[in-house]
This record gives sequence, C-alpha cells and structure tokens, in this order.
Amino acid sequence: MDILSHALGALSPLNLGLALLGVASGIIIGALPGLSATMAVAVLVPVTFGMTPESALIMLGAIYTGAIYGGSYSAILVNTPGTPSAIATTFDGFPMAKRGDGDLAVTLSTLASVVGGLVGVFALLTVAPLLAQVALSFGPVEYFWLAIFGLTLISALSEGSTLKGFMGAGFGLLLSTIGIAVVGGDIRYTFGSQVLLGGIEIVSALIGLYCIPVLIDLVASPESHLKVDEKQRGIRLREGLMHAWIGKFNLLRSATIGTGVAILPGAGGSIASLVSYSEARRAAKDSSSFGKGNPQGVLATEAANNATVGGGFIPTLVLGIPGTPPDAVILGALLVQGFRTGPELFTTNANITYTFVGGLFIATCLLLPLGLLIGRYAFKSIISIPKALLVPTIAFMTVIGTYAIRNSVSDVIIMLTLGIIGWVLNRYGFKPSPIVLGLILGPIAEQGFVQGFLMGRASGSYAVTFFGGPISLTIIALSILSVFYPVIKARRAQRRHTNDADDSRQEVSS
Amino acid sequence: MRISLSIGLAAGLGLSLASAFTTVAIADDFPAKNIQYVMPFGPGGESDISARLQQKYFEEITGKQLIVQYMPGGGGAVGWSQLSDMPTDGYAIMGSNLPHIILKPMGQDVGFQTEDINNFFYFHYSPDAILVRNESPYQTLDDLIQAAQEAPGAVTFSGSGTYSANDVANTRFQQLADVTTTYIPFGGSGAAVTALLGGVVEAEWGYTTIAANHNDKVRMLAVASEERHPMFPDVPTFQELGYDMVGGAYRGMAVPEGTPQEIQQKLSDIFQQINQNPQFQQEMQDLGFVLIDVPMGEMDTFMSDQMDVYEASARELGLID
Repeated sequence: MDILSHALGALSPLNLGLALLGVASGIIIGALPGLSATMAVAVLVPVTFGMTPESALIMLGAIYTGAIYGGSYSAILVNTPGTPSAIATTFDGFPMAKRGDGDLAVTLSTLASVVGGLVGVFALLTVAPLLAQVALSFGPVEYFWLAIFGLTLISALSEGSTLKGFMGAGFGLLLSTIGIAVVGGDIRYTFGSQVLLGGIEIVSALIGLYCIPVLIDLVASPESHLKVDEKQRGIRLREGLMHAWIGKFNLLRSATIGTGVAILPGAGGSIASLVSYSEARRAAKDSSSFGKGNPQGVLATEAANNATVGGGFIPTLVLGIPGTPPDAVILGALLVQGFRTGPELFTTNANITYTFVGGLFIATCLLLPLGLLIGRYAFKSIISIPKALLVPTIAFMTVIGTYAIRNSVSDVIIMLTLGIIGWVLNRYGFKPSPIVLGLILGPIAEQGFVQGFLMGRASGSYAVTFFGGPISLTIIALSILSVFYPVIKARRAQRRHTNDADDSRQEVSS
Repeated sequence: MRISLSIGLAAGLGLSLASAFTTVAIADDFPAKNIQYVMPFGPGGESDISARLQQKYFEEITGKQLIVQYMPGGGGAVGWSQLSDMPTDGYAIMGSNLPHIILKPMGQDVGFQTEDINNFFYFHYSPDAILVRNESPYQTLDDLIQAAQEAPGAVTFSGSGTYSANDVANTRFQQLADVTTTYIPFGGSGAAVTALLGGVVEAEWGYTTIAANHNDKVRMLAVASEERHPMFPDVPTFQELGYDMVGGAYRGMAVPEGTPQEIQQKLSDIFQQINQNPQFQQEMQDLGFVLIDVPMGEMDTFMSDQMDVYEASARELGLID
C-alpha cells in the first residue's frame, strides 16, 4: 500500500525529530501574541531549503500545526487570540482561566485540537478532490452572502445587548474600509496619514482590542490576573477526558464544520470556529452558560480551528489555491521544491503528497504529549509571575509582536489606539468580538458585492446574480434564521412558560 | 542608570561610526554580511517565490545569505513608502514591481513617488495572458473577440486588483481589439483564478505563471511576450495575432536613494550572475516566468520606456488627465 509506505517513510528518526522540533517551536511561536502561524512558517522556509523535500514538508506542516494550537494559550490565559481562528476560544477559555480552571482549559484545548486536527487530515487524505469542487462553487456572490451570514452570527454570539453587538460590527466594518481599496484602488479614510495607508491589519487589531483592555484592567484593579487554587492539580487529564467524552458529538460536529468551512479560500479559517461555536451553543441544553466558562465552548472552537489545517490544504494542494495565509507560504515552498498541484497530486507527486499528509498526521499526534507538557509550563508561568512583572512582559510582547507582523511601526500605533478605544467601549458594554468580526468580514462582503454587481451588469440581471444560486439562497435562509433565532427561542420559552402555567392552573381546577 | 545610558550612547556612536566607515570602504568586499531582502507583499505570491529562487544562488555566489522579509499592505505602497528610511549601505534591498511603482503614485498620494524607487536590476516578468477554462467555447482569441463584439460588456474577465497589470492589460486590449469587456477585479491572482475555474467569469487576465500552475484545467488564448513561451509552444503571442501587446508584471530590486553607486553596481552584477545560472533559468522557466536582464546601466532607458507605456494606459483608465 502506497500510502502506508510513505507514511512509514515519514517515521524515520530524523523526520520524527524534525516533527518534534517543529511542533514544539510552532506551539511556542503561536502562543506569543502577535507571532502568528504565517510568520512561524515564513521564517522557517529558508531553513527547509537545505533539507530533502520530505523532511522540509514534515517540518513545515509540524510548525503550522503547532502554531495554530499554540494560539489557544494566549487566548485562554491572557484573553488574546493570536490568530482570527482563536477568537472564539477566548469566549469560554478566558472565563475558565479567570475562575482558576486555566489548567483544565489548556488540557481541553489540547484534546480538542488533536481530534480536530485528525479529522481535518483524514478529510485531506480521503475526500480532498471532491471537497475542492465545493470550494470552486463559491463565487463572489456566495462569498458576499457568507460574510453577511458571518455577521449575523453576532446576534447569536454577543452576550448582553444584541443591538450593541451589531453596532460594534458596524464599527468594525467601517474600520475595514481604511486604506487602499483592493477593488477600486481608492484611498479611503486615511486622513492624509501614512500610518493608515496599509489599512488595519487584523492581527494587530486582535492584540489591541483584546489584550490591551486586559492589561489596563490588570493595572487598574488590585486583584490577581487569574484565580489560583492552592493545591497543585497537575494537568487534570482525567477531568479533561471526561468533558471530551461528554462532548464527543460536539467535538466531531465542530471538527467537521471546521474542515468544511476551511475549504473556502480566504473566508474559511476565520469563521470556521465561530460557526462551530454558535452551533455548539445552539445544540447545548445549558446554552446560557456559554461565554461564562463552559468547557464545551473551548472544545468546539479548538476542534474547529485545528481542523482548518487539514481543510485549508484541500484547495491548496488540489487546486493550487491557498486556503489561508500559512497555506500560501507552504505552497510557495512546495513550488520552489519542484512540487506541482493538480492531477499529479496523487500520481506523479504521490510520494510528496503522502509524505506531507503523513507528516501532518504525526504532528497532530505529537500535539498531545507536547501540548500537555508545554501547556502546563505556560499556565504555571502565567500564574506564578508576579503582576508587576507580568504586565510589562505581556505589554512588551504585544508591541514586539505587532511590529513583527509586517515590520511596521504604524501597526503598533494602530494597535495601541485600538486598545484604548476597545477599553473605553468595553466599559459601555461593547465587546471586541463583533468589532473584529466586522473588520474581517468587511472586505469579503465588500469585494463580493462589487464583483457580484459587475457580474450582474454583464449578465443583465442583478436579481438573478444575487438571488439565483441555490448556495446563495441557502446561506440567505441560514442568515435569516440566525438573526431571528434568539427571538424565536425567547418566544418558545415564553410559550412553554405559559403552557406550564396553564397546566398548573388545570391541575388546580381539577 | 545614567552610567548605563552613557555607555549605551557611546556604544551607539561607535556603531554608527563603524557603519560610516564600512560605507566609505570600497565595494570590493561587499557583501561582508547578510543582506535583508524586503518584499512589499506578503509571503507566497510570485514576488516571494521568485525571490526564494534567487536566495539559493545568492548564497552560492557571495557566501552570504539573502534574508527575505515581508512588509505587505496597500498593494506594495506600505513597503515602498518606507524605502527612503532604510539604510543606504546596500545591506537592505527591496523588491520592485512594474507597473505598480508607476501606477500607484499617479494622481494620488501613496507616500512615495516613482523616482524614489532606486532600481538597480530588473530580472524577470510574468507575461500577461488571456486564460479560459478547458471546456470554454472560445478556441482562439478571435472567437473571444467576436463574442465581445456581438454583445459588448457581456464577456467577463477576472483579474487581480484595480489599476494593476491585469487592469492595464484589459484596458489596452479593449482599445487594440476595439471591444468592450467587463473586467472584475479580485483580491489577488489566487482569487481571480478561483473565479475562472468556478465558472464565475468567462476568461481571466492572468499570466503564463498561472497557466503553468493550472495547466490541466485552463488554456491560454494569447500571450503578451515577444516570443512564444517555451512551456507553451502552441500558444500564439498577441503580436503574432496583430495586437501590439508586450507586457506583464515585471520584477526587480531597488535600494534607497543615497546608496553608493559602486555598491549598487556590485549588487546589479551579483543578480545578473544569478540570472545567467542555467539551473536558475530552468527553475524560473518551469514556473512560467520569462527572464530579462536590465542591469543598472540600462535601467534609466528601460524605466522611461515603461513610463511612456503606462502613462498612456493610465490616461485611458482615467487615473490622470
């Protein structure tokens, strides 16, 4: 069996060592706010040129897998998603850490990442060519509606006021228009400043809006960062496994959604975990505890975002269209190594393909021991460093990390400004997630709309273009459902309430 | 605190003195250390891939490394607007792209002028090409032109960006073939080719590189190079078909204003030597690129020729009056 022999080839001591090194360094880079998976991979590409193609691929896949997982540490422990795909991890991960369950949250994220990662890799191995066709059936109009759908998730996700959620998203949409427009080429809302020319970079916005308010609150309040229990409880693996067992359907559903949504190049990675989070919440009986430290929330998002690793490679390898920015870097490295995408993928290039997939598989398995080990140290160091040292250390890392994204001081200025704005808005009940969602989805919606508009003009019918396709109609229906779901749910609860009341009255009368 | 500060100052002064001496030093031992190669785009694109191919040979020739970095944003504007702040000792070079550096600053302030970009070598281009899906009814360029003439605006093209190489190519093609098409800009050539493969558009303004990458699913109707591309001997050039179109996305390297001439010459020589390496030539050709040699001495003529071409296109696009 071809697949097996290549997978075994990937198991040579050298390759295993490289995978181990890759996963470990990926986890550490991913855990530092601002140092993203893209950067981790890009920095290491030249190192891999000296290696055989197999070793190079294994190392790159390992770094990527590790970095996506490592992003959950900063999301859980300091409320800062390192990448857009870790946004939803902050919803329940940080509240868990705050109440002293940070160690459990890290363990849960490890277990979920392994499950999600394996599902993604399995899909890549078995149904890649089929799923790649789905990616192609999404045109500009479908992307426009998908972005709208993503925005409607706010009503499901925002705690507190839905109205404030939508206002935050509106603010995020406005922020997304800053800079030189991709479609149209105009310069918008830069106020003549060079700083805003490149637009607002999403990762720097994430750091600013999530991390800076936490830092300000840490300085402003006498409480310690995370609540710490006196007794040592290790990694709480048994407890974690129990939660994972209870949430086994949640895990599988989230991993499947993650893989499925991630095959859409550009939009997939960032919204995959949000969609699975809102689905997990919708399916749960105790949906009101989501957002307040429900372990199932962490399981859902982490399973989904590690599934995007395998899912994102489907269009990358089959069609040569990178699903996420790190995919683009790895594809570039593959091209330089002499790899070509397309039908040769599983024939002429089969050895490269299977080695790469085998490497991803090994890296995902290595996440379990390495993640539990490094995660424990990350948790320990965050709780044992005194606050007077913790705050400047994190502050320093946010600045360095933001600068490193594209070697730009402008991004640091933008990050700090957004941080202060985010802190003020937070005090008035505006959460960062809707703002960031608006920022991410704004360009997708805008470009999709303009492209759809041009297509409509060429074909002679705007209505058919925007409302003609079955995929569009499905997404529109989902969006409507998503917006009105809270209303429907409230009404149903009310009816049940009155029914109960009727029943009890009947009991009394009879 | 004060002591450490003064030590720091002294060290800083020493460093800057030392670096002043090295710039004065003759270009003979250049490069004495690794060179930073800043891409004004993100990783994974064609600029990045071609730079990665140069990387290997640079080390072979000089014994020093070429370290690729990224400064993306604003379609390159973020990087180019910061070129003038970079060190002028030749150890920091930046990727330079045509038509971007000519079209971006036209009619609007993007933080740099074309003249600020001090190009020392241009090494290749990706020729413009019209791509269609394999199952497309358009077998030849004439088929497509005929369809566009019968229903003006109904033939749709995807392409990467507005006021970009693709946009310019489409404008020029409309003029030369006397047709009206609909050009739909996408966020990059990856998104543009997805639209073509997914059947959203009839054709794409792309490059030979895209056809090389997707050669099982797409075919080219015509290529805007001077000669047929060795990888695609059956695809005619626009000139053969009677349309005077030669162009695409050109790529080179630049240094900030004020970098010593001898250093620039040395850099130009190194990259020319890379261009002459047969292995490099083969690797570039396999990816669909076309190598060109524009060393420092010929740069001014090359740029002023390009300026004339793109100024005309910009006028047509309505970028300038």
